[in-house]
Amino acid sequence: MLERIGARSVDDLFSVVPEGARLARPLALPAGQSEVELAEHLLSLAARNTGAGAVSFLGGGCYDHYIPAVVDAVLSKPAFFTAYTPYQPEVSQGTLQAIYEYQSMVCQLTGMEVSNASMYDGATAFAEAALMAARVTRRREVVVSAAVHPEWRETLATYASAGALDVRVVPACGGVSDVAALRGAVSRQTAAVLVASPTFYGTLEDIPTIARGAHAQGALLVVGANPVLLGVMQPPGELGADIVVAEGQPLGNPMSFGGPGLGMFACRQDHVRQMPGRVVGKTTDVDGKVGFVLTFSTREQHIRREKATSNICSNHALNALAAGVHLCALGAHGLAGIAEACIAKAHHLEAALVGTGRFERVFDAPFGYEFTLRFRGEVRAMQEHLLGRGFLAGLDLGAFDAADAGLVSFAVTEKRTRVQLDSFVQEVAQL
Amino acid sequence: MKSPSEQPALTGTLIFDLGSDDSRCVEPPALDVPAIALDEVLGAPRRSAPALPHVTEVDIARHYERLASTNFGVDSGFYPLGSCTMKYNPKINEWACRLPGFADVHPYQPASTVQGALELMWGLQEALAEVSGLPAVTLQPAAGAHGELAGLLAIRAYHTDRGDARTRVLVPDSAHGTNPATVAMCGYEAVQVPSDERGGVDLGALRRLLGTDVAAIMLTNPNTLGLFDENILAITAAVHEVGALAYCDGANLNAILGKTRPGDMGFDALHINLHKTFSTPHGGGGPGAGPVAVTDALAPYLPGPLVAKDADGRFSLADPARSIGRVRSFLGNFGVLVRAYTYIRATGVDGLTEVAEQAVLSANYLKELLREAWPLPYDRTCMHEFVLSGSRLRKEHGVRTLDVAKRLLDYGIHPPTVYFPLIVDEALMIEPTETESKATLDRFASVLLRIAEEAAENPGLLQAAPYTTPVRRLDEAAAIKQPDLAWRPSPDR
Repeated sequence: MLERIGARSVDDLFSVVPEGARLARPLALPAGQSEVELAEHLLSLAARNTGAGAVSFLGGGCYDHYIPAVVDAVLSKPAFFTAYTPYQPEVSQGTLQAIYEYQSMVCQLTGMEVSNASMYDGATAFAEAALMAARVTRRREVVVSAAVHPEWRETLATYASAGALDVRVVPACGGVSDVAALRGAVSRQTAAVLVASPTFYGTLEDIPTIARGAHAQGALLVVGANPVLLGVMQPPGELGADIVVAEGQPLGNPMSFGGPGLGMFACRQDHVRQMPGRVVGKTTDVDGKVGFVLTFSTREQHIRREKATSNICSNHALNALAAGVHLCALGAHGLAGIAEACIAKAHHLEAALVGTGRFERVFDAPFGYEFTLRFRGEVRAMQEHLLGRGFLAGLDLGAFDAADAGLVSFAVTEKRTRVQLDSFVQEVAQL
Repeated sequence: MKSPSEQPALTGTLIFDLGSDDSRCVEPPALDVPAIALDEVLGAPRRSAPALPHVTEVDIARHYERLASTNFGVDSGFYPLGSCTMKYNPKINEWACRLPGFADVHPYQPASTVQGALELMWGLQEALAEVSGLPAVTLQPAAGAHGELAGLLAIRAYHTDRGDARTRVLVPDSAHGTNPATVAMCGYEAVQVPSDERGGVDLGALRRLLGTDVAAIMLTNPNTLGLFDENILAITAAVHEVGALAYCDGANLNAILGKTRPGDMGFDALHINLHKTFSTPHGGGGPGAGPVAVTDALAPYLPGPLVAKDADGRFSLADPARSIGRVRSFLGNFGVLVRAYTYIRATGVDGLTEVAEQAVLSANYLKELLREAWPLPYDRTCMHEFVLSGSRLRKEHGVRTLDVAKRLLDYGIHPPTVYFPLIVDEALMIEPTETESKATLDRFASVLLRIAEEAAENPGLLQAAPYTTPVRRLDEAAAIKQPDLAWRPSPDR
């Protein structure tokens, strides 16, 4: 090969690198490992994550749902996971059609007309929704409820920090948005009102009332949702939402220490040209065969550069595939069944924990499969003790906001058995 | 429903077309607590079920196998997609990220229960800092463009902290589209820097554009022409002279591993596309990961959390002092980080340098095989990729680069990146990567030479290609004119 090139050595090929920039020593990295040694090393690292075996009630946007075996069987097909973005549709119909089917299912769940091909996660989808609302309304202020996940709000603040948006945070009240305060904060300058249902506390919002308050001033309503609960809850699209976003991890994606998740993003057809990210459309080929392509690409960075609706390029296509397969495996009946199981178990645990006398109710609002109670005692010590008994005893909300000190949220998925719930309650009762 | 004798078509048969209303795959577990009246619990329960597919596991297995059979991945064949580094993805990466100790871990677990995960992230931070020559690394960003956003916001915060409001960011005309798009998202004006006749940054033009209103320059080196800018030290020095910072788009890091480092070239910040250089797969468009490495001066502004190691060897999470704030939820695309870490440990110090050497050797070899038949607008030693022009075929035979790309599909080869960078007419951007054999390169060259002959003999053959793919050229105009972005149930369903 060198002969053909006309070079004496491979080093010759790097002679364009100026002397002053060359690395004169080997990288300070370990030598390569054989696969046997490497597998051993990785197993030992994985084994040091002892929490993986505990009975977990942790939620806060990442949930321990069961993933049917067929999901990973599909995800493990190299034709899906070793492909690039489907820019050559003639040899990418698998990815394209799977995304089109995913988009269709997201529309069904959210009650919206259009879904994009995915964003990175719920938090970035939320921030991009605010930016999109500003483009649609040509306004620059957004009003966000403090009941939204703090990491979603912080991501929004970071995206807004370059000056495109002014963010107003409206304090929560009783674990849900303060509807009157939200309405009071909305003006003719407001591009969007942003809420989540379920909230960070697990409670469910009164979306129709919030929608009226936003729409009265010409603002859009952005709703963050939970895709499992959408199996039994009325879709935000039917309740007045203009953009629906969600963390799609509960559908087919492992917790994986928090990533990669899945940013679900859906909106109305009228706004499609302001939507961020890729979208797949159905069309036909020259022989009249049905096929799929990336479409409305003139919104995107590779065409529009600095005028693009977002800089997003790589998305979370494989996580969207997982969500699609999971939804196929469940069907509407199965998704509703999972949601009902989670809700029933969460309500069972909530009542039992209150019954121990160690926890007390603080919010009246309805909740789905995550709920927040006040612990009568020191939260850290309680969690540490119960960790020793094999339980991840909920999320210490005081760690996110000092004003929430003493509050603990619990998420209960279909994987938690009655036996686990009862033994957890017993442990709590003995505190 | 379809008629019983009808086979699902290879393409276009939707999952919604399969199964029947009573088809079931996975049943929810039997309820072991008292059932609950949803109407009472939920303020607004669903009035009708979502129209999701109702299928059996057999339907699912066959449907997605059918879809997979119409898809082309790195495991299907040669994928010389320039700027995307479509190298082979070792299978152990996939095994590693699925280990229950990694996959079943919650991001809010106490640090004491996730020491293995934190150690892995710390090890990756350290390795990426060493490879980039920049001391501080955040693993948070989910993709390259997301890394650009994080890096440029950090630069913005750095200037703001100095009371130095700057308004413009320079971007070469050969840059990825994400660069100017990021500049706009960060509230700056994107100013284009022309390339010189050698394909590098036009130094004179750069000097004229530089001023105290410039916050940064975003550069890729080697650039999107596959050329190493030998003026790089002069460029970064000139940028620093006016108080601006230099941001490196690390899309092309594969070419320089162990040879030179962005930090050594004078860059202040760099994002690293783990799905390119470090062989985590592309997933049909993602997920990737775009960690950002920066100088000590920019370190306080990085988005957290970062992993720290204390004197006792314990790992914990911490936010930098003056962080721009979170750019996402949780702790980064950990599943992707596991794959990249696995790749780095498998490849090792010598292996990583060999990666760069082999990638550059392969690209230069392929360039030599093709240069006679295909015009080479920038005729220099290239790095990991090179750009050919289809201008001659277009002028002489009316065959466009798009036609060449489509014809390659008939030969079972994924086309190179086409029509990019924008500064080359009818561009074909070819990146063979280090994982391809000489035999594969030879075959690709012979196919591309054969296609040049076909263009001369029978241009119509190329203009109507492909012929052998699951579908042929698709009507993209119709997709916009009559948008069909989601399946909907027919009213009688």
